[in-house]
Order: sequence, then structure tokens, then C-alpha cells
Amino acid sequence: MTRIYKHRLFWPLVALAALLLACSIKRPDILGITVLDGHLFGAPIDILRNSAPLLLVALGMTLVIATRGIDLSVGATVAIAGAVALTFIASSDQPGSLGTALGAIFVAVGLCFLLGCFNGLLVAKFGIQPIIATLILMTAGRGMAMLITNGQITTVTSAPFSSLASGFLMGLPVAAIIAYGVYLVVSILVRRTALGMLLESVGINPEASRLAGVKSKTLVFTVYALCGLLAGLAGLIFASNTMAADANNAGLFIELDAILAVVIGGTSLAGGKFNLSGTLIGVLIITTLSLTVTVLGVSPLVTSLFKAIVVIAVTLMMSTRLRTMLAGLRERRRFQEVSA
Amino acid sequence: MSVATATVSGRVTPKLSLDRRYLPVIGTVVVFLLMLLVGGVRYESFLSPAVISNLFINNAHLIVLATGMTFVILTGGIDLSVGAVLALSSVITATLLQAGIPLIIVLPVALLAGSVIGLGMGVMIQYFEVQPFVATLAGMFLARGLCFIFAPQSVPIRDQGFVSLTNWGLTVGRWRLTAAVVIALLVVVGALWVLHRTRFGRTVYAVGGGEQSATLMGLRVARTKVLVYVISGTCASLAGILFAMFSRSGYALTGVGMELDAIAAVVIGGTLLVGGMGFVAGSLVGVMVLGLIQTIITFEGTLSSWWTKIVIGVLLLVFVILQRILSLRRT
Repeated sequence: MTRIYKHRLFWPLVALAALLLACSIKRPDILGITVLDGHLFGAPIDILRNSAPLLLVALGMTLVIATRGIDLSVGATVAIAGAVALTFIASSDQPGSLGTALGAIFVAVGLCFLLGCFNGLLVAKFGIQPIIATLILMTAGRGMAMLITNGQITTVTSAPFSSLASGFLMGLPVAAIIAYGVYLVVSILVRRTALGMLLESVGINPEASRLAGVKSKTLVFTVYALCGLLAGLAGLIFASNTMAADANNAGLFIELDAILAVVIGGTSLAGGKFNLSGTLIGVLIITTLSLTVTVLGVSPLVTSLFKAIVVIAVTLMMSTRLRTMLAGLRERRRFQEVSA
Repeated sequence: MSVATATVSGRVTPKLSLDRRYLPVIGTVVVFLLMLLVGGVRYESFLSPAVISNLFINNAHLIVLATGMTFVILTGGIDLSVGAVLALSSVITATLLQAGIPLIIVLPVALLAGSVIGLGMGVMIQYFEVQPFVATLAGMFLARGLCFIFAPQSVPIRDQGFVSLTNWGLTVGRWRLTAAVVIALLVVVGALWVLHRTRFGRTVYAVGGGEQSATLMGLRVARTKVLVYVISGTCASLAGILFAMFSRSGYALTGVGMELDAIAAVVIGGTLLVGGMGFVAGSLVGVMVLGLIQTIITFEGTLSSWWTKIVIGVLLLVFVILQRILSLRRT
């Protein structure tokens, strides 16, 4: 029993279960899944689909944080991806064709990859602190997205592109398949090869790992580039969900949500050991939270208050100081019982 | 000046020789003067007292935010909650005034809200070892959520005392100073005094320079690290009151992303984010540079507002790379 209690994912899982429980107390049938036209429907499927963009961003963020970095620019990258893709479609002759949609996806993701490379260059090559290096793109990025859309909210109709977010494949939402597929591939890539361990070594001690022959600069550069690419994918799903490129609001605060998800999942911002399954649970907690708030009939504007409570609770429960304090308290009580 | 230099850095620098530590600040001042010059040459009436006065009036709240942020960044921390705390204090001020509570009670309550949130974050960071980024992120979400509980809509301020306070101003020729600007400048002077003339201020620099060494020297590191967040929170709620004076209302969605403006101002002002190096005066010039970018883009007329963000980004890039080159040369 104590072993389960001490597992690092124990408290995050408790939080997730509590949120789902709160939902089902209010509406007992909410966790059911129904089949309609061969597609799966229901709140759990909604959570999977709505969590897709955040999962992609948080995945890249976990790897960046593992190297002792942080990427604040992902929200701006999300906005740029949407702006580029939809502007590309809007300016083409056949906005509805599959070729145009693929072209848009390719151009947008490619550009976001380059933006990630820019971050990587600043951090790995010039040795600028990650928080500042990515703050530059975070500030300038939304301006760039505005520049691309000319300050307007570009709306287009393109059936192939909109299927990114609203389509179904084998009964499951396409967005969820993309995000969870990428998650699986990256997890296998870092955990079945030495890559994950090398990333951790860079995060724990960059200088020592460099001396041990780890190409830390290349690794750091790569994770920022990958983070940009994943944020671009997330931006495409966002844009295809609304079919409108809103440079001001697309992906607003997604960097903060992603960092929260990573932290809730037990990866320390100090770098080193990272935990991809924890990040997944963190993403699910944050996505479920907005569902819970809606189901409980609380104004969605107050969601951030609940987010704060969840973050404070989870980080405090995971802090070693509080654990030792609680352990000391238990110890003292036992001592008093014995002496009495 | 050389006396203060000697006590802060621990080594005596000869008079009139340029200390390396001032280079980033001097760079910022040069950029500021260049921008004034370019603006003055390009546009008529750019260098008028009205434009310069407005630069201060429009950015009074940001000056206060950046001052508080400088304390936190000097210790090597960061405070993401200031934008939300600014909104919270403006909403509290507006809601309580609307409820007919006298000004003399409302203002301290609004100020205290920021101090309490700052204290909470400081305790989380110092005693529960939560990273500053996460703790202040939680503070940001908390303050923003509380805003909506107080008032989801914009609340106008019609209280006589408050309105007369906002209308107060000093006019000398065509120069104008509002109460908000006077308060903001007083905060800067106060911060300068605290950082350079008190034991607490020197501890702030020492903690940023090396926390372990500071602890070994017997300095009160824990107390200092909590206090800087209290200062930043208090500054943020004071900035909220100034913003309420500026807009004569309290609205839950004000100040979204303003923490980034404050951080950008501090960085442009030459403070290193690793802590231990930087000046409040630099942050003041940083705010002025940000404000001047906005002014120039307004004067240009044909440029759209989003260019502001791009120019700030480019300026950040240039400053960060320059700082990096400077610090590389030193080692």
C-alpha cells in the first residue's frame, strides 16, 4: 500500500480520478460511450480529441524541459501555423482540393520547424537562457501571425483540411489519432533507444555529459526544433477546428498549460529525469478540468481558479518538504501513543 | 558613487573609470536617446513636452510592475503573476468603491491582496521548493480566477475621492505630471534606496550572485527570497490601482500578458535573468524604450499595431545577444 502511495504518479492520478468522479456524480451517464454512424461519441472521446493539441505541445515541452530548458514560444508558433496554413488555402485556386490542404500542412509545419530551429540556435549555439531566447519569439510571433493574416481573422472552407480536427478514422477522431500516434512514436523513440537517457544526462549536467562525449549542443538544438514542429502540428489542429486563423487568440496560454501538464506529471523544471506518461496524465487532467467545470455548472471564466488549486495541491503534495513534515507528524503521534 | 560600488561588488573601482556592470544600462540609454533622435528628425512635434509627458502617463503602471519585477529577477527568480495581480487589484478597487466603502479602506485592501498573493508564492518557492516559474504561474491563475469571482464585467469607478485623485496633476508649461506618474517615480526612488542603501538590498544582490555563498556568509537568504515576491506582489497591486486611475474602471481581463512586458522591460534595461546583476534605473529606461516604440509606430501612422510586437521581439534579440557577448568577454 505504501508503495502505491509513494509512486510519483499517485497524486496526479488521484486528481484525475477526482475530476472524473465529480463529473459522474453530477451526471452519472457522462462517462458512457455510444456508437453513432460507426463513430464513437461520448465525453471520454471528447476529452481525447480536445486534448490533442495540448498533448502535442506538452510532448515537445517535456523533452525541452528535460534538457533544463523551457519553450515559451509554442503558443505563438501555434498561431503562426494556423495563419500560414489558412492563408495558403485562401490564396490558392482550388481551396477545396486535397493537394492544397496537403501543401498548406507542409508549408505550415515546415515553417514552424524553422522557428523551432531558430530557438534551438539561440539556446544551443549562442548559449542564451532558454526562457529569454524563447521569449523573443513569443513576443514577436503573434505579431508575425498578424502580419501573415493582415490583422484579420482568415476563414476558409476546405473539406480535407477541416477533417484534421473533425474527421473520424476507424471510429476515432483524426485529431486524437494524430496526437496519440505521435506521442507513441516519440515515447518509443526516446525510451527504446538511448536518446532519452542522453537527454536526461544533458539536463542533469550539461558540462559533464559533454565531457563524456554526449553531443549536448546537437541534442538541445534538436529538441527545440522538434518542439516547434509539434507546436506547428497542434496549430494545424486548432485552425482546422475553427477553420479560422485568429492570430490573437489561437493557442493563447497553451505554453502555460503545457508547462503545467509537464509539472503535474512529475517532471521537474530543473531538468534531468522526465516522465512522458506523467505528461500524458497532466494533459488529461487539464483537459478534463474544463469538462468538469462545465458539467458542474461553474462559469468557464473561473476555470483558471480551479487550475490554480490543482497546481498548488499537486506541487505541494509532491514537494519533499511537505512529505517529511507529514511523516514527522505521524512519527510524533505514534511516539505519543507508545509513551501513553 | 564609488563608495556604493565598492560595497556592492566588493572591489574598489577607481573614480571616473567605466564599470563593466553599467555597460548594459548605458546601451539601453543610448538606444533610448537614438530613438528620441530618430523620432525627432522624422516627425514634427515628436520631441514636444506633451509626447514625453504622455510616455510617462501611459506607462506609469508598467514602471511600477517592472520595478517590482527587478527585485525578483535580481534574486534569480521570475514572477509571472504580476499581470493578473494588477487586474485583481483594479477589480477589487472598483468593486469595493461601487459598494460604497470609503477610499481610505479600499486602497489598503487592494494593496494587501497583492502582498498576500506574493507572500503565498514566496513561501511555496522558499519552503516547499516549488520552482518560481510554477509557483507564480499558479499565482497568476489564482489571481485571474479571483478577478472573475469579484466581477466578470467591467466595473466603472464613480467615487468622488478616487476621481479627484485621478484628475490631480501638475502642469508646468506644457509638461504634465499626473498623480499616477508621481507615485510611480516615488516607487522607483524608493526601490533605488532599498537596493543600494539597505542591508536587505545588498542581500538581494548577494542571493542572485550565489545563493549558497550568501547562506554561508550568514545572510538571511530565506527571508529575502520570500520578501522579494511580497514586494513584487505589492508593486503589482499598486500598479493595478494606478491602472484603475488611468482607465477609471476595473476589469478582469486587463493586464493579460503584461507580465511579459514587465520582463521584457527589465531585460532590455540590462538586468541578467540569472540574477545578481542589474539596476532599477535600467528597468525604468527599459519601460521608456517599450513606450517609445509604441509612440513611434503611432506617429508613423501607416504601420499597423502588430509591428510593435515584432520590433520589441527584435530589440530583445539584439539586447540579449549583446549581453551574451559582453558576459563572454568578461569570463
